[in-house]
Amino acid sequence: MSVQHQDFDVAAEYAQLRQGNNADGALVFFVGTVRDRNLGDGVCGLRLEHYPGMSERILTELVEQAFERWPVSRVRLLHRVGDLELSDQIVLVAASSPHREAAFAACEFLMDFLKSRAPFWKQEAYLDADGTRCLRWIEGREKDRQALQRWDNIGADSLSGSS
Amino acid sequence: MIQVLLFARLRDRLGASVVNLELPSPCSLAQVREALVSGHPDAAELLAPERALFAINQTFSNDDQDVVTDRDEVALFPPMTGG
Repeated sequence: MSVQHQDFDVAAEYAQLRQGNNADGALVFFVGTVRDRNLGDGVCGLRLEHYPGMSERILTELVEQAFERWPVSRVRLLHRVGDLELSDQIVLVAASSPHREAAFAACEFLMDFLKSRAPFWKQEAYLDADGTRCLRWIEGREKDRQALQRWDNIGADSLSGSS
Repeated sequence: MIQVLLFARLRDRLGASVVNLELPSPCSLAQVREALVSGHPDAAELLAPERALFAINQTFSNDDQDVVTDRDEVALFPPMTGG
């Protein structure tokens, strides 16, 4: 797992997951990027803040949970921080397993928790109706909070925040 | 004295990334929250339990369960928006 400013190279990450890995027949990759519109406004960029120390700790715990719950052999979790521009890569979640079910499930689990249970905060730069550049903190979505419920039986107690 | 690290919108609103509170050690998280609200009454809404979450030594915690000392790393932050 990594929390970093610099961009990542999906091809290089893919090569890593494949190298010396003849046992896994399935590799699943997810990449999240900066979209051009949000809440009806044009987005100029995103600033990703995090809680240094805790972000790495939580990502490490998440990866450990993925290994505990599913027969995945390799997992890669990478989250960028700092100032990002339109279409920049934000996050990479990848897993490999002998069969696809585990790799898909592990990646969904990791993304669901990353959205609202890891100490990162997004601040969006957007253009308002007058074309002025403004900043606003992004609020969590109910949809993301609800997505966590489907993993309830997994015993992610150490990862549960209040409410 | 209890030190609290603030992040994101809470830091912006309270105007500091670290706040030092005159509280006994140990004290409860509820007391920490109360002290922050007293010091920043205009930010009371943002400091409510659902909008401001505690972590102690980089682990999520609960107002009604946990106690902190002046040796703990206490942080308060808004609901998270990662990924």
